Amino acid sequence: MNWLTDFFGDPANWSGPSGIPVRLLEHVEFSVAAFVLALVVAIPLGLLAGHTGRGGVLVVGAANAARALPTLGLVVLIVLLVGVGTTWPVLVPLVALAIPPILVNTYEGVRGVDADLRDAAYGMGLRGGQVLVKVAVPVALPLILLGLRLAAIQVVATATVAAYVGLGGLGRFIIDGLATKDFPSAIGGAVLVAGLALIVQLAFSLLQRVAVSPGVSRRVTVR
Amino acid sequence: MGDAEPLIRWDWIGRNLPSIQQQALDHLVMAVTPVLLGLVLALPVGLACARWRALYQPTVGLMNVVYSLPSLVVFIVLLPITGLAERATVIIPLTFYSLAVLIPGVVDGLAAVPDSVRQSAVAMGFKPMRRLVLVELPIAVPVVLAGVRVAMVSSISLVSVGALIGRGGLGYQFIDGWQRQFYTPIIVGIVLIILMAVLADGLIVLAQRLLTPWARARRGT
Repeated sequence: MNWLTDFFGDPANWSGPSGIPVRLLEHVEFSVAAFVLALVVAIPLGLLAGHTGRGGVLVVGAANAARALPTLGLVVLIVLLVGVGTTWPVLVPLVALAIPPILVNTYEGVRGVDADLRDAAYGMGLRGGQVLVKVAVPVALPLILLGLRLAAIQVVATATVAAYVGLGGLGRFIIDGLATKDFPSAIGGAVLVAGLALIVQLAFSLLQRVAVSPGVSRRVTVR
Repeated sequence: MGDAEPLIRWDWIGRNLPSIQQQALDHLVMAVTPVLLGLVLALPVGLACARWRALYQPTVGLMNVVYSLPSLVVFIVLLPITGLAERATVIIPLTFYSLAVLIPGVVDGLAAVPDSVRQSAVAMGFKPMRRLVLVELPIAVPVVLAGVRVAMVSSISLVSVGALIGRGGLGYQFIDGWQRQFYTPIIVGIVLIILMAVLADGLIVLAQRLLTPWARARRGT
């Protein structure tokens, strides 16, 4: 515990371009950018595949294959190929990491909507797109949000790797701390990243409570 | 990096084949052990959660928290206990990640057993233990193995992060490639890791076919 007070108690760690606030902001910036990009790709694809029922095997298969991609290797390779200077080489592996859970859960969620429910919606005169937006998405929302939460947590956790190629973020405390055998810094950085991940976890639990219609959440079995 | 540098130097791979093989083996051990350990631990915990439902929410909550800890973070926290460049430093955190995926798998799998099947087994005079081993667990196999597939692929991919603390199997190739600004080891590492994940996934699917012969029989009729 002394290590923690050494790290967090040192005022030098709280200011300047490599202080905790700056690193935290960098970390959040990478993570949000990667998460939003993954969202833009995965949600429409998942909705489309789930709604039409086509390409399901492809969606699930590709997503599983993407899970195997080693983030550290991709980051290093892409940065070597295009050079440091911008942050986007780090975004590519993070987006690749975030897409599978969002895509699969959106697909499975929409796919799993009760056929009777769809028929009833069509029977009430809703069109295909309306059925998707007004019926399928609200019902699938718990599963979709679960996918978003898993993706967000993985992105926040993995964004630490960016530090290895010299980019910023909270990983700097960990990687630099390890390199210089400055363990208080490494542990302090680790605690910060873990705290951030837990905040994300909490935020999604709250979002789930607010966003999911009570009619849906009552029927959802515990997961 | 000049234009002369090719993306892959095949002669380098040839010269370094023995050490690549060694790392691949190390990688495999560090990736598979956590999933097997996780499965061994998840079965009793999952059974307990299925039996006493009140346990389920707290257990899953705890596992969610564990899951949200970045692997690198757990490696670092474990370092003073298990030591730098030790297999255990990589295996222990990955075991917890496997558990986080596998416990819900076991619980959902057991929940998927139709009540009529359970009652038939009771009516045939099966005692709880025999019913569990001979009837409920086999029926839960597809759901449990779906979890094992995710756990295995993630585990194979995550081991490479261990390279940052000195023990990462093929992940070492990434460090090597970065330090020497040299593409070949990085590509070798990525390709072998993906290959390993695809092969492991295929083996689990095969195991599922062998363990659930009735699924094919039903489709056949």
